[in-house]
Amino acid sequence: MRLVILDTSKSVGEWAAKYVMKRINDFKPGPERHFVLGLPTGSTPLGMYKQLIEFHKQGKLSFQYVKTFNMDEYVGLPRNHEESYHYYMWNNFFKHIDIEPENVHILDGNASNLVEECNRFERQIKEAGGVELFIGGIGPDGHIAFNEPGSSLVSRTRVKTLAQDTLEANARFFNNDIQKVPKQALTVGVGTVLDAQEVLILITGAQKSFALYKAIEEGVNHMWTVSAFQQHANTLMICDEDATLELRVKTVKYFKGILRDVHELGIPDGYTN
Amino acid sequence: MSGKPNPPACNCDDLIQFTNCRLVRNHQLIEDDLWVRAGKIINPEPIFFDERSKAHRRVDCGGAIIAPGYIDLQINGGYGVDFSFDKDTTEAGIRKVAQGLVKSGVTSFCPTLVTSPNENYHTILPRIPKRVEGGAGVLGVHVEGPFINPQKKGAHPENCIQTLENGIETLCATYGSLDGIKIITLAPEKVKDLSVIRQLVKAGITVALGHSMANLSEGEQAAQHGATLITHLFNAMLPFHHRDPGLVGLLASDAIPAGQTVYFGIIADGVHTHPAALRIAYRTHPQGLILVTDAISALGLEDGIHHIGQLPLEVKRGKAFVAGTDTLCGSIAPMDECVRIFRNATNCSTVYAIEAATLHPALCLRIEAQKGTLDFDSDADFILLDDKLHVLSTYIAGICVHRA
Repeated sequence: MRLVILDTSKSVGEWAAKYVMKRINDFKPGPERHFVLGLPTGSTPLGMYKQLIEFHKQGKLSFQYVKTFNMDEYVGLPRNHEESYHYYMWNNFFKHIDIEPENVHILDGNASNLVEECNRFERQIKEAGGVELFIGGIGPDGHIAFNEPGSSLVSRTRVKTLAQDTLEANARFFNNDIQKVPKQALTVGVGTVLDAQEVLILITGAQKSFALYKAIEEGVNHMWTVSAFQQHANTLMICDEDATLELRVKTVKYFKGILRDVHELGIPDGYTN
Repeated sequence: MSGKPNPPACNCDDLIQFTNCRLVRNHQLIEDDLWVRAGKIINPEPIFFDERSKAHRRVDCGGAIIAPGYIDLQINGGYGVDFSFDKDTTEAGIRKVAQGLVKSGVTSFCPTLVTSPNENYHTILPRIPKRVEGGAGVLGVHVEGPFINPQKKGAHPENCIQTLENGIETLCATYGSLDGIKIITLAPEKVKDLSVIRQLVKAGITVALGHSMANLSEGEQAAQHGATLITHLFNAMLPFHHRDPGLVGLLASDAIPAGQTVYFGIIADGVHTHPAALRIAYRTHPQGLILVTDAISALGLEDGIHHIGQLPLEVKRGKAFVAGTDTLCGSIAPMDECVRIFRNATNCSTVYAIEAATLHPALCLRIEAQKGTLDFDSDADFILLDDKLHVLSTYIAGICVHRA
């Protein structure tokens, strides 16, 4: 695992966007060779999306041959609801770039058969040749996508009932009315993300620092599902200083030391897991 | 990047995306794209996720403002046409004005007939077309009279003025039919039984108060019966008096039924309403303010002498005079100019100035689901403006009908 520690959350977004651009462009995608990207929602990746849009406007990056798979979606929430991930992705990303609509995949939380919808999603990922780069964020309880504490670390895309903590945390997006918060979500499994060639995890803010500590300094544990990525061959975590507050000095110094060039020069390559 | 969009495609079912623009939406200017298809403004999100298709064509707006098209609730004519006088050439007259108005950003209007003999109504009203190719749409006719107060007749012929004696029966006898009428301006003190107002409102007709000597109490009674509009505020009504504020007092009345807004047309041509009066109206009751041109036949004509109707008139320096005199004979400021004058006079926001000519008239006529906004599923009647509010181009049902 690699951990890149940057000064601010803003630089996390910019760094991640640069990295994603480099990965896509180096891949040289074409009509017969799509770059497959897994995408998150939430406040953490917003800065990355903004910067990717900027790169697109500058002509440095095209999404014409990019396929995307989103991590999750609420069950039963109208798609035009401001908290639906369809709404989020359209307004914060897709409407600003040149991606082909047929290359975009978001789980349909209003599907009549939710299990079939999840299975279909897994099939589509497979048909696309697997995910080349899966980008994720994490919750304060260490969940990745909606893989709440206690989720199987080999889980696949499925219906998931949300933890009470998550419902309470999300109530602020639903007029502070917990009754309005969807109780279930469709989510890719931990195993689904682990199958990706590379995983990029963004962590910002002091409120995520305990989760980051659990993710990298303690053992693999299904109560902190993001810790599963210790066993992934190619995981890159990008965090800001605030998110390191619960880490040991030794850990921080180790990652800053081996990634000195990355930190000081902003060069995103030249280091390994 | 050019400020001039490409010409429209002939296929109306094409999905067109206007980019690099600022939209007047939700009472603010927002940076977003405008998506249009089949004459309607559409929500692009379902197109993307359900239809899985992209825009057939993108139009670079060069940073322009996109606003809903202007709506003029009171216009007597223009381009040499007088709707009330030219009764033998109604269709051609409407067509000419409708096609001219798009230059000033007007995409729909209410042709206005001043007080006329009954037979003129019978002749003219059935012949007003609704739709004009390449021109502003007709929302219905504004009949200003004949149930007005002779003491406030303005330029209306006194011999045609009537009293509304017998409700709908009198109205039908006068106008022939109520079909095609959208607004009736009347003096409430000339109406025997105000309950006729409620009947008109039920029939989808907006009742406006004007050309009237009514005091505030009479105005309030009319409002309680469903009148929602005041015709050219300050003009042809009692001047504001602090012990009886008259119809002007309706702007601050506490006797208006809950949920009802008093709308008022106001002529911001820089001549007919003093800038201070514009400011008073704006600051007193901003949500009711509607810009109207009240333009006469000389609107859109070149400087010089013109023979329109019975009396020769002279256009000079953007004003219309009785020929050979310095007597003003009506407003000829186009709507885009009124919006600019109003913004300068009141120092209001750009969005508010635009809404006073779009959203407010649409709300007043209860057509806001189709006109007066850039909301999804509205008619794609819109204009491109520069920051000084000059019209760059005008679209009706998604088709470009004018380009500056």
